[in-house]
Amino acid sequence: MIKIEMQNVCLGYSGKEVLTDVNFQVLPGEMVGLIGPNGCGKSTIIRALTRVISLYRGRILLDGKDIASIPRQELARMLGVVPQMPLLPSAFTAFEVVLMGRNPHLSLFQYEGPKEMDIAWQAMGRTMTHHLARRRVGELSGGEIQCLLIARVLTQETKAILLDEPTANLDIGRQVEILNLIRNLCLENNLAVLAALHDLNLASQYCDRLVLIDNGRVHAQGTPSEVITPQNIKEVYGADGCVYTHPVNGLPSVLVNPGNGRVSNLRKIMERDEV
Amino acid sequence: MPSESNLSSQTLPTHLTRWGGRIYAIIGLSVLLVMVAALATTVGSVKIPFLMTFQIMLSKLPLFHITPVWPSGIETIILEIRLPRVILAGLVGAALATAGATYQGLFRNPLADPYLIGVAQGASLGAVAGFLLPTTWHGFGVEVIPLFAFVGAIASTAIVYGLARVGKSLPVTTLILAGVALGALLGSIVSYLIISSGEKMHGIIFWLMGSFSLSQWSEVKLVLPYVAVGAGVILLYARPLNVMQLDEEQAQQLGINVERLKLVLLAAATLITAAAVSFVGTIGFVGIIIPHAVRLIWGADYRFLLPLSVLTGAIFLIVADLVARTAQAPTEIPIGVITALCGAPFFLYLLRRRRKVIF
Repeated sequence: MIKIEMQNVCLGYSGKEVLTDVNFQVLPGEMVGLIGPNGCGKSTIIRALTRVISLYRGRILLDGKDIASIPRQELARMLGVVPQMPLLPSAFTAFEVVLMGRNPHLSLFQYEGPKEMDIAWQAMGRTMTHHLARRRVGELSGGEIQCLLIARVLTQETKAILLDEPTANLDIGRQVEILNLIRNLCLENNLAVLAALHDLNLASQYCDRLVLIDNGRVHAQGTPSEVITPQNIKEVYGADGCVYTHPVNGLPSVLVNPGNGRVSNLRKIMERDEV
Repeated sequence: MPSESNLSSQTLPTHLTRWGGRIYAIIGLSVLLVMVAALATTVGSVKIPFLMTFQIMLSKLPLFHITPVWPSGIETIILEIRLPRVILAGLVGAALATAGATYQGLFRNPLADPYLIGVAQGASLGAVAGFLLPTTWHGFGVEVIPLFAFVGAIASTAIVYGLARVGKSLPVTTLILAGVALGALLGSIVSYLIISSGEKMHGIIFWLMGSFSLSQWSEVKLVLPYVAVGAGVILLYARPLNVMQLDEEQAQQLGINVERLKLVLLAAATLITAAAVSFVGTIGFVGIIIPHAVRLIWGADYRFLLPLSVLTGAIFLIVADLVARTAQAPTEIPIGVITALCGAPFFLYLLRRRRKVIF
């Protein structure tokens, strides 16, 4: 079991600070959603957690240990990632790509044996991708690749999983399927799961807690009901009056309400992108 | 979702655990390599019967005791002229193909070849400098031209590496661009030196096109350790090299120390390329085409791609050298001409026949 802690983390690219004083925790058996507008730094947080970029200030603790002091291979045995729309070598087969998840567990002198292949096969079973095993990844759809990447992270057998927009390429059926799978894994194996999600409804339905990022800071964090409030949505997204209560489970739901909200949201996006 | 397959296939299907015939390919190519090498030793301007060649070679192995019934001149041709030449050709072919596969994997670029980051131009400049030295410098017990070519190859790659380094990381695109730019600079110096080299021009151009005509055992002994160690290190890194095909960020997230991997593999590939070209010149085509031919036939997995490239590269260059010295005997055709002339049509045939994603 692993706990993820971000303590006063400041981050950025080429000297420009993108995120300031980020503090939050992900506990074992808990699924936390990172939400916020496009470009707010969700992916940056995930990259920092895997030490692909280094921190300006603050520290990230994994199981109480500063990740800066954990060797990369050991880090990859603790923490797995499902990246967003990554580059995959198109000539490799789906099974070969999933099998790469075993890399952190093998030394330089080891090749993947029957045990590794079996773990990869079971993981593909859980994501229902057995039928893709021999296909080349260059021939697969975005949704199929997403399922393979989740199979790969399962093959990695880590105690913490980070997901960057895991449902971005999926239809509604697959979205529910994948998030149910992640949710169940999280509960069964006591995993710490952190998922960057842009769909506020999915975030509200599936996450135990949410961290709302805006303007380089944590705008709000807490349970979905505490974070997805009309006020927060208006402040962060500029969308007015669109939070309702889910008719079945009472969790907050966001429904688009065209009119003023649409105009002001558009203006906000245009201002940010400097159109 | 096909629910049937979920119920029935909880155990790993054997077609995934089998190495798909690629293990047989490795064995088969090893046998073929030995046969091609033996054949190449028997063929040449002096006609020596097949059987006699085998007897001569077997008589040198510790287990066989064959009384010599052949003239000693024949034995010299086989053991001192043809055999070292064939073995050197095999070593160089293996080295170039392995280095090419490594660079292609490291740069994730199908156009990469062993000469991409300045090795060839560095070696050429070194060799040309060796040619142009006053003859009084020659004869310190070392061969000046291979030594200078080796040093030039290593030095130019080291300069490219130093130029491309940004802080603690080595961006691959910067490395390629720096290599291409430095290569152009060195290449222009080489061209200028050739033009102003006078009567030495023929020797220089012959070296640049590549030739095995001066192969000796001493050269085999010098090249072998570099190729064995370098290729050995690269083969060890086959699995991490697979993971590197994702991209650097994913490779790091899967536990690969990307910067160290790049340094080790660049060093190993540069070393074997430099050792290979320093004696026989910058032979083109092998390093880029052999790995792709292997990919076309046996797939992109580096655990098989690398050993298969070693074997295929060795076989290919032994055959090419055989053609180079027999096709127009007694004149020798530069090996670089043969590699492209024979290799390109075969590769184009493969490319047309198997239209699929290979990289």
